[in-house]
Amino acid sequence: MTMSDLQPQHMDTTAIGGCAPDAAICARGIVRDFQAGQSTIRVLHGIDTDIKPGEMTFVVGESGSGKTTLISIMCGILWPTEGEVKVFGTDIYKLSDTQLVNFRLENIGFIFQQYNLIPSIDAAANAAVPLIAKGMAVEEAREKAKQLLEKLNIGDQAEKLPNQLSGGQQQRVAIARALVHEPRLVVCDEPTAALDASSGRRVMDLLREVAVAHDRACIIVTHDNRIFDLADRILVLEDGLVTHDGSDMPDGH
Amino acid sequence: MLTGDAQKFYGLLFGIAFSTLLITQQLTIFVNLIERGASGVYNAPEAEIWVMDPVSRTTEVNYAMPSTALDEVRSVKGVEWAVPHLRAPASVRSSTGDLEGVQIVGVDDATLIGLPERLLEANKSILSQPDTVLIDDVGITNLFESGEDPIGQRLELNDQRAIIRGVADAIPSFTSQVTLYTKYSQALNYVPGTRNRLTFVLVGIKDGESAEAVAQAIEDQTGLKAETRAEFAQAGVNFIIENTGIPLNFGITVALGFIVGVAIVGLTFSLFIRDNIKQFGALKAIGVTNRKIAGMVVSQAAMVGSIGYALGVIGTVLFILGFSENPTFKGFYIPWQVPFVSMVAVIVILSLTGWLSLRSVMRTEPAAVFR
Repeated sequence: MTMSDLQPQHMDTTAIGGCAPDAAICARGIVRDFQAGQSTIRVLHGIDTDIKPGEMTFVVGESGSGKTTLISIMCGILWPTEGEVKVFGTDIYKLSDTQLVNFRLENIGFIFQQYNLIPSIDAAANAAVPLIAKGMAVEEAREKAKQLLEKLNIGDQAEKLPNQLSGGQQQRVAIARALVHEPRLVVCDEPTAALDASSGRRVMDLLREVAVAHDRACIIVTHDNRIFDLADRILVLEDGLVTHDGSDMPDGH
Repeated sequence: MLTGDAQKFYGLLFGIAFSTLLITQQLTIFVNLIERGASGVYNAPEAEIWVMDPVSRTTEVNYAMPSTALDEVRSVKGVEWAVPHLRAPASVRSSTGDLEGVQIVGVDDATLIGLPERLLEANKSILSQPDTVLIDDVGITNLFESGEDPIGQRLELNDQRAIIRGVADAIPSFTSQVTLYTKYSQALNYVPGTRNRLTFVLVGIKDGESAEAVAQAIEDQTGLKAETRAEFAQAGVNFIIENTGIPLNFGITVALGFIVGVAIVGLTFSLFIRDNIKQFGALKAIGVTNRKIAGMVVSQAAMVGSIGYALGVIGTVLFILGFSENPTFKGFYIPWQVPFVSMVAVIVILSLTGWLSLRSVMRTEPAAVFR
């Protein structure tokens, strides 16, 4: 099943609850509770926000503020307790499990903090994972992944295993894996946390170059204040609520 | 993923190979040992039907019949030939004075039916010489531990002289007891006298007759017990199974092999899953379905299982080949059912441990990758 199969059934382009019709992500009334023993902890307290295409949006906040929970819900890997999320017009939590998995495969690219590359396969195969999962022939997928690795200046490392690559190189492989299937939404979790300042800025420049386009949105969860100036938009979360939404960090942060 | 982690890969390989080796090797020894319960039948290849007293159970557990039984059997329709066969225990005193328990086998004087098919030394006709006995090849190692040549050795049997003049290529008995072959008339002298001496009548059937039908006719007409070659061989095997602790002992070892396999493979599998849970979470987040992840793990487990299984079976083959010169393992072979059983055991081990380990992957939320 492809995204084109899913869209006519679930696409709802009407503006809902003040949602812009061209929003990449429209989240309304997002509440998320977690069970901790007998007690219930509310991590998100009814968040309304839109993510626009063509923007690099930072989600920042202290540990425990709910930023990881928020992006997990916005990219379809964690069910909200309440609320709805539309990604490019599709109400993703009304999809079946299988449809949601396919939706993520077609539309979302992930860059994880610890890269989470598969240790036993080389860089090209790691980068090709989403294409192979979509059913593309392995050789064809590897070829396409290699082209992207070339673009990310690690084409010569394509045949190496992850443990033979430096941290920066592994991150580029992770970026290639996130982009190889040309998703419309790229979600990054602390992409510069393990890097020094200059390497972090290079990664952000790279992400801006390859992951931001007029029809593509990029959300980055970070608490690295060295790169806040690179954001087009910053959402600040505190105790499960958006307390700031603007192009700069608010005073006092 | 599994093949990329050398420690776990070799851990799984060892677990499967060790389990396969233990199961295959122990089952092979078990099958070959219990088949020796039928060695007396296999060593007399011409006999199509064995006739005996109704209380006789195997070639070793027998009760003698009156000598008139031979003529009664010969008179049954469908019987082509019938010859006397004597099997009885005796004690032998060797030239050095040692006493050893032996099995005396007396074969028909005229036809020599009842002898093993092949002799390693001498010709069957040598039995016509006075006081001649043939010894089975495995028995030599028991009777002549110092390695001396058995040919020409004089033995004392029931105060009678016996001279070893040949060596029979025989399948050893379950107890590997020394077996001495001689003519029926001579055997009567070697076995302490009792009123009835005839332990078996070996029967050949006429062309076109079925062994089962002739055996039934013998039973109906004589009141004796008559079993086809296959039935009597199976009776010997069953006797070992029913009257010894061997099935239980080997069963315990095979079960241990299975349990050790489950333990090693299960532990390694669960470590592999635990160490890679983030990678599995990442794959799930990206959009790889549980089914594809399961397929990936199953295919890798199948590969490791196949290699481990092959190593285990090869180990068993090398074991059997390595000990083929040892009299204890003479004639041992690996029946095809044994590797099949161990293959099923490996599949069960991998399926069980793989399923238990994969459950945690299936349950893992993709969001775990962000935590």
